[in-house]
Amino acid sequence: MDSLKALIKRYQLGSLLLLTLLLVVVLPLTLDIFRLNLVGKYLCYAFVAVGLVMVWGYGGVLSLGQGVFFGLGGYAMAMFLKLEASDPESTKIQSTPGIPDFMDWNQITSLPAFWVPFKSLPLALLAVVLVPMALAWLISFAMFKRRVGGVYFAIITQAVALICTVLIIGQQGYTGGVNGMTDLKTMLGWDTRTDSAKYILYFLSAGLLIASILLCMWIQKSKLGTLLLAMRDKEDRVRFSGYDVAMFKVFVFCLAAALSAIGGAMFTLQVGFMSPSFVGIVPSIEMVIFAAVGGRMSLVGAVYGALLVNFGKTYFSETAPDLWLFLMAALFIGVVLAFPNGLAGLYESHIKPWIARRLAARKAGATPRTPAAPTPPAPPASPMSGSAPPAAPAQA
Amino acid sequence: MSNTDFVLAVEDLTVSFDGFKAIDSLNLYVDKNELRVIIGPNGAGKTTLLDLICGKTKASKGSIKFKNEELTKLPEYGIVRKGVGRKFQTPSIYENLSVFQNLEVSFPRGRGVFGALKFKCNAEVRERVQKVAEEIGLADKLQTEAGLLSHGQKQWLEIGMLLMQDPELLMLDEPIAGMSVRERELTAELLQRICQNRSMIVIEHDMEFVKRIASKVTVMHQGKILAEGSMDKVQSDPKVIDVYLGH
Repeated sequence: MDSLKALIKRYQLGSLLLLTLLLVVVLPLTLDIFRLNLVGKYLCYAFVAVGLVMVWGYGGVLSLGQGVFFGLGGYAMAMFLKLEASDPESTKIQSTPGIPDFMDWNQITSLPAFWVPFKSLPLALLAVVLVPMALAWLISFAMFKRRVGGVYFAIITQAVALICTVLIIGQQGYTGGVNGMTDLKTMLGWDTRTDSAKYILYFLSAGLLIASILLCMWIQKSKLGTLLLAMRDKEDRVRFSGYDVAMFKVFVFCLAAALSAIGGAMFTLQVGFMSPSFVGIVPSIEMVIFAAVGGRMSLVGAVYGALLVNFGKTYFSETAPDLWLFLMAALFIGVVLAFPNGLAGLYESHIKPWIARRLAARKAGATPRTPAAPTPPAPPASPMSGSAPPAAPAQA
Repeated sequence: MSNTDFVLAVEDLTVSFDGFKAIDSLNLYVDKNELRVIIGPNGAGKTTLLDLICGKTKASKGSIKFKNEELTKLPEYGIVRKGVGRKFQTPSIYENLSVFQNLEVSFPRGRGVFGALKFKCNAEVRERVQKVAEEIGLADKLQTEAGLLSHGQKQWLEIGMLLMQDPELLMLDEPIAGMSVRERELTAELLQRICQNRSMIVIEHDMEFVKRIASKVTVMHQGKILAEGSMDKVQSDPKVIDVYLGH
């Protein structure tokens, strides 16, 4: 029994190990760099999905505006890269050399003040995380302190997503408008478009993603994780146990924003541009779908969800250009109908018991000295309820 | 308002919902270590009074002082941290967590965001959980998922969650509603044990139960206090018989 428990325990981290193996060893060895770069792009969305598991799955707060934070992170990175690409030498045909091309097209003659910090990489990297977090704090503090939640909060996040796209598109002189920021070439002189750079950026994304998942796992295991689950169930009881419920929601919302922003920054680096099409309502809802397909309580599942949906998107659009949107819709509806708890739920309810049965059968077969012991005491049920560690809903 | 020796001093408390005064210029004083039972017909404002004290509802007028500190301006968590615990009418427990986790989460340490991140379930916490679990008779159920407990056990668990915080004033809203006879007896014993060293306010309808635990009874009617005193005195009060106990 003890060894079984140890096995299960190891298995919880096991799913993360398996994912690491897949991302760091299997995929780089089997895919060419074009495909691997695509996977790297999907992994950027996985950051958002992981954040959504925390804020939606654990915190019970549905945000339909994660694209905003993804975009802010991406834009912060793009601003640095754009400034580097706009040195006076390569922009000497402009009427004002040394500023980004879209500014020149919009009759702006000097670099706006809020662009200046983005000349420095450390400041830009700080901005990648801090600017989205600051906005997330502002929105969530104002809302949660006033006890706005549930559907109303989701709608407000949508409104924020819409406002952001309108703002970015409208202020084209400062933001690049609907085209976004394009022609990003180098980072501190390092050409990000070469194959070797793509490999490095892919591994960087995978590494950061795994680190993020570990951080989230740690938070889930802490008292804060337990409190989030408790709040989802009986918010008033938590409030009347002496906790400032709003601040816990603010924290988890800011965490999700920071994760999304890191994803956005990695996206800009790997794809080479950033545009408002990643900020608005539609991409924000798509991001929720990644988490839903993966299973909103499972950090690792969210990564698979992001990979699967984006892979489907690419695959369907390549093989059935006329039908791919319908096929995507069918995938979403199918997943939600067939396994409402996503891939992770499917794993928990079908695959895991099957593995446990196989293991048990093998064990029974391998130890013929105790033939008297009949069927082993049904192990499939134990990981959910029985085992001692305060099991937050299991990771898959 | 003047300072007093009372643990809880409610003075001139009024709350109105769209002109309807659910609590109407109410005064209530609770002594140290007193177990006060509040009775009264439905709609008398008993639960609203508890809501006001714990900050769930904001008062329109008046003052609520806990150990001479004004509560009406504090947020809910601030009131709890001062030492006021409140049990809700229907069991409010975290169904998806184990009994142990329910109690652990209620331990009054690591209440801020970063405090909760750093919180370690050390020997002190485990000891306290064990002690409280024994007190509420759930020591052998620590690993059970709370949603699987019986109704009575859920009520005890919520009382246990409050005991974890060791409040100086404990307010229970109909703690024995829906309990079996045996469970009622056990609850009465539990309340008598835990009212040592703390004041308690209990709302209850079951007169047998009230007789058993109460030292002093307050009868509420239409947002006001109708009568106050020992059980015998209150029971023989013609006004009380009229509106509540019946002839």
